[in-house]
Amino acid sequence: MNLLGAGILKGMAVTLKNFIGSYFDKERLNTLEYMWQNDKSLPKRAGDYPKEEGEQLRPTTTVTNYSRNFPMLLHDDGEPMDTIRCVACQICERECPPQCIYIEKSDDKKERPGGKPQFYPATFDIDVSVCMSCQICVEVCPFDAIVMNSQFELSTPDRFNGLLLKRGDLLKSNQYYHKIHPEEAADRDKRIADDKAAKEAKKKAAEAAKEAKKKAAEAKAKSEAEANSKEESKDPSEPPQTSTEHNKEENTE
Amino acid sequence: MGPHHPSTHGVFRMDVKLDGETVVDLKPVFGYLHRNHEKIAENISYLASMPFTDRLDYFNSMTNNWAYAIAAEKLVEIEVPERAEYLRVIMAELTRLVNHISLVGFFVNDLGALGTPLLYAFREREKILDLFEQASGARMMCNYLRFGGLRCDVPEGWLKRARDLVDRFPKFLDEYEQLLCENEIILSRTQGVGTLSRDLAISAGVTGPMLRASGVNYDIRKVDQYGIYNRFKFRVPYSENNVGDCYDRFMIRMLEMRESIEILKQALDGIEEGPVMGNAGKVFKPKPAEAYGRIESPKGELGFYLVADGTPKPYRFRVRPPSFINLTVLRDMCIGQQVADAVIILGSIDIVLGEVDR
Amino acid sequence: MSQPIDHEAIIQRFSGSEWDDKFCALIVPLSEATALAKWLRDDNDFLLDYCSNVTGIDYLDREIKEKVENEEGKMETVTRIDPSRIEVVYHLYSMEKHTGPFTIKQLTERNNPEVQSLTPIWRSCELQEREIFDLFGVNFIAHPDQRRILMWDEFEGHPMRKDYVEPFDYEWEPTPHDEILDKHQRGKVIV
Repeated sequence: MNLLGAGILKGMAVTLKNFIGSYFDKERLNTLEYMWQNDKSLPKRAGDYPKEEGEQLRPTTTVTNYSRNFPMLLHDDGEPMDTIRCVACQICERECPPQCIYIEKSDDKKERPGGKPQFYPATFDIDVSVCMSCQICVEVCPFDAIVMNSQFELSTPDRFNGLLLKRGDLLKSNQYYHKIHPEEAADRDKRIADDKAAKEAKKKAAEAAKEAKKKAAEAKAKSEAEANSKEESKDPSEPPQTSTEHNKEENTE
Repeated sequence: MGPHHPSTHGVFRMDVKLDGETVVDLKPVFGYLHRNHEKIAENISYLASMPFTDRLDYFNSMTNNWAYAIAAEKLVEIEVPERAEYLRVIMAELTRLVNHISLVGFFVNDLGALGTPLLYAFREREKILDLFEQASGARMMCNYLRFGGLRCDVPEGWLKRARDLVDRFPKFLDEYEQLLCENEIILSRTQGVGTLSRDLAISAGVTGPMLRASGVNYDIRKVDQYGIYNRFKFRVPYSENNVGDCYDRFMIRMLEMRESIEILKQALDGIEEGPVMGNAGKVFKPKPAEAYGRIESPKGELGFYLVADGTPKPYRFRVRPPSFINLTVLRDMCIGQQVADAVIILGSIDIVLGEVDR
Repeated sequence: MSQPIDHEAIIQRFSGSEWDDKFCALIVPLSEATALAKWLRDDNDFLLDYCSNVTGIDYLDREIKEKVENEEGKMETVTRIDPSRIEVVYHLYSMEKHTGPFTIKQLTERNNPEVQSLTPIWRSCELQEREIFDLFGVNFIAHPDQRRILMWDEFEGHPMRKDYVEPFDYEWEPTPHDEILDKHQRGKVIV
């Protein structure tokens, strides 16, 4: 048995090591990530928090390139509602575990740049007081229209309607998405491009196949016609065409 | 005692009958967080239950996901790709580190060592949670596993960061052991307190570190060898005596962390490039069948019992929560002890009320 | 890995039990339950000393369409009625021999459900059987402490039953989420 209290002293040596070590080694600091870099950047009032898109992504905040918070809707370059990717297929509404998405499909179709006219969501609400950031909607979306935002400054004085995000609040540009999740966005864009290329290749292949088929059909028709004509040639009542042509040629000569 | 008391790890009440300071009878009362997780799961599709399993034991969302995925993969036979299996093991062992390190912190907090050990524990936990965030997008509610694989691959450089963390962790553990394991106050407060005999532990279905502290060599990682645990070399620490007290339970967890690090090192060596998602179809719709899948979660045996009836929703969805069943022996362990000891005994069981109440 | 457990020996000894081949479970009648469980626990061939999971399943009357081969050797769809019942399912393992799982089931009617409590054999059933009593309303004979566990004592009904109807929530207040839930309930969202 050692000296009584030796264990306690040993433990206190550890705390001392951590206390002094914290001045030299960032590893030993508890809450380094949550400290604002200097006091000037601390907001004075609630309204002073960064509000602009992407502005909160300073090195001092906890938001990393990988974090997710609530969903947002993507649109490509151009007017948001003209280039919205969502076609109101309502798959996410159906799959959402806490059922926080509300979609109403439009009555009319809208022209899409470089695509067919599509439906668009007349209403698209997400109740973020219910949403649990599980990302299931992102997974099930076949159009890459809904992705996760990392904006977390959503406090509002109205706990019901203030927390119901409408279509306008949810619409974000693809550039913004690239800004907050660069790697994921690049991956997604690459996949979309690949899919598109594959689709086009397929289309081309289909067209080529069609062409080939057409040619084959023509060839077949020709051969059939020839066969027919041969058969016909046996018919004495009508002289074979080829021979008439030949005759014609002969005649012209 | 309760329901709001810092030592109760949530909202948990104990009806205690006392003779002076000695506990004569004790009845645990819970259900304050009951939300009928099982009923919710029966009304939504299989995949949609995955994020809800995160909320069971909110310290170990990765292992919860895994247990559910194993049960569902038993229903319909899905092959899990190699890389996904490795990543699952890595995530599960990191989760074990998170759980055990914070449990030890809370346990010492219950003893009265407020703050310091818990903050050191949380400092290390943060680093692991950062890894989880980089991989899955969220720190605690990861929702990372899918039937037949993982939701996405880990980002570039993640494995290197994980390797750095694993290499640095033993140094922290050494320090932590130096801080706590020989402390005379901890020794006198925990040794001989809350004894649990081997026979009672087996009969009462106690699992996890608590069972092994009572001298039973039973680890589902070894027994079932689910996933790819048969490829790793690791030891299962268990007590030599047939009786376990609070100190044994505390030390078993410290030792298990060392073994977890061994597994992590081997897994990080063995992992190779490849796909992380199997050929599971878009729609998960099993034929009528029953499946019981279980894993060794950090708290004990976590099982999911699924009954399918051919629709996209489970007919019966049952969770076998380890900390709920480990509570069976709370009364037996507390009788004859002091009131202050009842708090430590509860701490050493390691309950999370999200899982107990479901 | 766990190996399957031979069930023939059990049926020979306890003639009232039946083997359900489809779900690989032993169906135990009420009269034999305690003796059988005790034997499973203590017999050297089984040593199922660890009861991992206890749960209930509620089945309503329902029609099942099955494809059966008829006399002429053709496949034919037959409708049969699956009777309503409550099953109490036990998953057993052996810590000694590392075998399992072995499933036993106790069947009971829905109107007045009553099964034998196995808490005297395996202590781990205690809280789980209380939970089944709470959520399914199954009465366990010889359970030492049968009270509600997750719901409060004054609660009426058994929420895990399939025909349970939620009562009106007196704390309800209108939120924007109601509209969404309403849409789901009216079935406008096709699941």
